[in-house]
Amino acid sequence: MKRIAVVGALLLAGLLNLTRPAMAQDWIRTGTGVGGEKIRIAVPDFRVVRNDPTATPLDKTFNDVLFSDLEQAGIFDVVTRSFYPMEPVGYPNEAYLDHWSALPVKASMLAFGNLGVSNGAMQVQGWLFDVKSPQAPQVLAKQYRESATEENARAVAHRFANEIIFRLGGGINGIAESKIYYISNRTGHKEVWAMDYDGAGQHAVTHLGSIALSPRVSPDNTKVAFASYARGGPNVAIWSLELGRMLNFPVMGGTTVSPAWSSDGAKLAFSSSRSGDPEIYVCDANGANIKRLTSSHGPDVSPVWNPKTNAQIAWVSGRTGLPQIYTMDSDGSNVQRLTDQGYAVSPSWSPNGQYLAFAWIRHYGAGSPGNSDIYLMDVASHKWIQLTHDGGRNDFPSWSPDGRHIVYQSTRGGQEQIWSMLADGSGQTQLTFSGSNSQPNWSWK
Amino acid sequence: MKKTMKWTLLTLALGVVLVSAGCHKKSAPAPATPPPPPPAAPRATLTVSPESITSGGSATLSWTSTDATSVTISGIGAVASTGTQTVAPGTSTTYHLTATGPGGSVDATARLTVTAAPMAAPMAPDYTEEQLFAQSVKDIYFDYDKYDLRATDKAIIDADAAFLKAHPSIRFTIEGHCDERGSTDYNLALGDQRANAARSALVNAGIPASQIRVISYGKEKPFCTTSDESCWQQNRRAHFVYGQK
Repeated sequence: MKRIAVVGALLLAGLLNLTRPAMAQDWIRTGTGVGGEKIRIAVPDFRVVRNDPTATPLDKTFNDVLFSDLEQAGIFDVVTRSFYPMEPVGYPNEAYLDHWSALPVKASMLAFGNLGVSNGAMQVQGWLFDVKSPQAPQVLAKQYRESATEENARAVAHRFANEIIFRLGGGINGIAESKIYYISNRTGHKEVWAMDYDGAGQHAVTHLGSIALSPRVSPDNTKVAFASYARGGPNVAIWSLELGRMLNFPVMGGTTVSPAWSSDGAKLAFSSSRSGDPEIYVCDANGANIKRLTSSHGPDVSPVWNPKTNAQIAWVSGRTGLPQIYTMDSDGSNVQRLTDQGYAVSPSWSPNGQYLAFAWIRHYGAGSPGNSDIYLMDVASHKWIQLTHDGGRNDFPSWSPDGRHIVYQSTRGGQEQIWSMLADGSGQTQLTFSGSNSQPNWSWK
Repeated sequence: MKKTMKWTLLTLALGVVLVSAGCHKKSAPAPATPPPPPPAAPRATLTVSPESITSGGSATLSWTSTDATSVTISGIGAVASTGTQTVAPGTSTTYHLTATGPGGSVDATARLTVTAAPMAAPMAPDYTEEQLFAQSVKDIYFDYDKYDLRATDKAIIDADAAFLKAHPSIRFTIEGHCDERGSTDYNLALGDQRANAARSALVNAGIPASQIRVISYGKEKPFCTTSDESCWQQNRRAHFVYGQK
């Protein structure tokens, strides 16, 4: 558990060292991702048992989702299916480990199991075997029972994937059950939408017929704070995911936008021009006890808390001209500027408190505006690396709860769409394809 | 219409030639025996008053003639040797009088110009306050990532303020807008500051703050959507809107 975390930290530190020479714009290709040496794992399709005709399509969904979850976890080298032995593996007595440890599979780990349906109930049995320890191979054995629906096949696959990732990934919870909240204009209005982390199950959360912006889900997954024009000027609004309606929240006045939860869910930071100039404020989760933290001329927006401590806030200020990333203590003291040039916006603080992801047009200038790309900065040393290199305008990075992934928006394909990647810039995956989609926010768990 | 005039002129010219030729003829042979006095040539005048009317109005034709046995006016027919007549043509008309007598004939013309009925436009009494606002209060434009007014905007603010002072009952909104570049959230703050810069300028010019509402749309409601500087400039503005939604 510690090994992976330490290796991960060392690796990132190593990457950041690369930024010293002018070669900082080069691709970062470590081949190992953010989690150190990748574990080679084989995931043969779960065997259909009990021969119910509805089991086969559910089994296909389950297998696809499990495979994709492990592939995207960032810590595995998932062996391609075409290398697998021909015999199906549904139970431990069918797992001939010497077949799986031999070339070309050469797996270290084997995840397998079976799926059956009877009387509308789906039962899944899954195992994780350490191929290199044939004497006592079992690392994990799990059984799931749910009603036989497509949605449950997907959910169970996510749960089993998370078990494997937790066990092999240094004790960090997997993200297979996490959600991404974002803004989509698919209904003709900008509304808050949500989807699974892999882009499945995209659906509208709000139906306000106004303009919704910068959604941020609460740490307990029960509320979404966002900026809304539904009550006139832009103001912070809170949507209850449990009740499916807006909660009471005071109208702050002026332009009040970019809310951000503290990691204990007790406080919100936001930007408001209620006193005339856009400044950073904090308040309780219900809007009470408003306290102003900044007082400089120029825009101050997009605050985010250090989720590890809630003792620091990073934000964007235009006090010296073009916007730059700053940090301060959460009482407003100890202001430090992190970026030294260009146009830097949209900070997102990594779950371990160590890094800020943000969008940066490093070489901003008349005639050569340059691309907005996603960067990572080590908060302590101010060293940085560039994560996106594929053109378009890339903005609004948001960390996954495992700290291994970042979701963001990009126009590289033309329209604004949501993409995810590993925190070293590899594994670029487009998640949305319909309408214009922006401002993604990864749930806390 | 043009053709009629052409023919009228032609007839007139012919008449003049004939008359003068006649004179020559009369004076050329001078026999010794006293001839009988020639019959006096007819004379005629034709006037219209007023000379210009608007469509639907009327005018009075007046004519006089001497030494004429018949007098006709085009479009009217035979008339008395002297008289008046009210006319109300729909379009501009040239009246052509021909007086004929033993001493010859003479023409007289008068032109009545008819103008179209007056449009509402020049009178401008029925503009709504909202339309006047939209015509008179001009937007302010900004440089990239800037929210301070340009020096050249002073005249626009002064003109806007002059109109608003003359209409103290108008309540209005200043919308702050930004171009598509840069972050959504940062642009909301920037739009806020642009709208507030315009508001401050108006307040300094004497417009009560109570007349003004401010809202920032950032880059959410662009005026145009192409990715070039002329479009971006259109979108970097403080936009004045009548009313306060």
